[in-house]
Amino acid sequence: MSDLTIWIVILVLGVGTFLLRWSFLGALGNRPLPLWATRMLRYTAVAVLPALVAPLVLWPPATQGQTDPARLLAAVAALAVGVVTRNTLAAILAGGGTLFAMLYLLG
Amino acid sequence: MLARSPAQCFHHGLLHSLPFLLVILPFGLLFGVFAAEAGLDLWQVLGFSLLVLAGASQFTAVQLLADQAPVFVVVVSALAVNLRMAMYSASIVPWIGQARPGARAAVAYLMIDQTYALAMQHYEKHPRLRLDQRLAYFFGTALGACLPWVVVSLIGAKLGNAIPESWALDFAIPITFLAMIAPMLRTLAHLAAAFVAMVAALAFAFLPSGLGMLIAAPLAMATGALVETWTERRKAGLA
Repeated sequence: MSDLTIWIVILVLGVGTFLLRWSFLGALGNRPLPLWATRMLRYTAVAVLPALVAPLVLWPPATQGQTDPARLLAAVAALAVGVVTRNTLAAILAGGGTLFAMLYLLG
Repeated sequence: MLARSPAQCFHHGLLHSLPFLLVILPFGLLFGVFAAEAGLDLWQVLGFSLLVLAGASQFTAVQLLADQAPVFVVVVSALAVNLRMAMYSASIVPWIGQARPGARAAVAYLMIDQTYALAMQHYEKHPRLRLDQRLAYFFGTALGACLPWVVVSLIGAKLGNAIPESWALDFAIPITFLAMIAPMLRTLAHLAAAFVAMVAALAFAFLPSGLGMLIAAPLAMATGALVETWTERRKAGLA
């Protein structure tokens, strides 16, 4: 990954993200989105983030792709506490706490 | 409330944004640390936080960059994370749409989950606010939520290389993302979408890095939309 690559990503992502935020406010005005589009858009976060995370949880690069009990349990703890408490910070603390406890116990 | 000056509205918005610092400060710090570990320098971290100003997509981009994914895949995946911003943009038009182009562009730039949520809550609660009061409130929330993000991500980048590998920081991203997703899983459709996303991402993991995600995410979004349609029909049928 070269410096140039990183800067291209930063600039394109910056402009693209701005255009997404500006789209209706700046250009499209009060035109309503079609129903199917609002439906799909509602699920972007729960579609993209889990897809990104799942391989990292099961096959962490830090353990050369070997499934790691400490990391797997930490992921389960974060998800479970997040679902129950609906609190992102509590979920992060649960996940982080579990990870450190397991790494310590398993050496 | 209605008699407040724009300056008072600005302070009001700033005050309302402060509780979000509990989430923004650790996230921003983590982004800086994570980006520094991935090999980004201070300017690049600043570039991300200042120009992109969207936490989850910044993490996504850096993770994929570190995986050596092609630029196209990095940008498309990170933009997909931000698609919801178009929805925010559409839904705030009735409140801000009459502002001057410069003000609307500024609102667009500063539109993050927290400023959007606070502003919409405030506008719906006080529908008779004037346009200048609405704008001032929005910019107040933005000062409290956006500026700290930029500052702490730089602090994180400074600290980054001082953190030992035994801390398993590689796993901060999966934990953070899971913690962000979990509270969103409030309906069957959200659950189904997340489930399909995970299964498809694992099934397509053999593809070059990041490509699996480009297949998994649209599949999952379609699943969410289909399940939502189906649940609504069932509800209508039962009622």
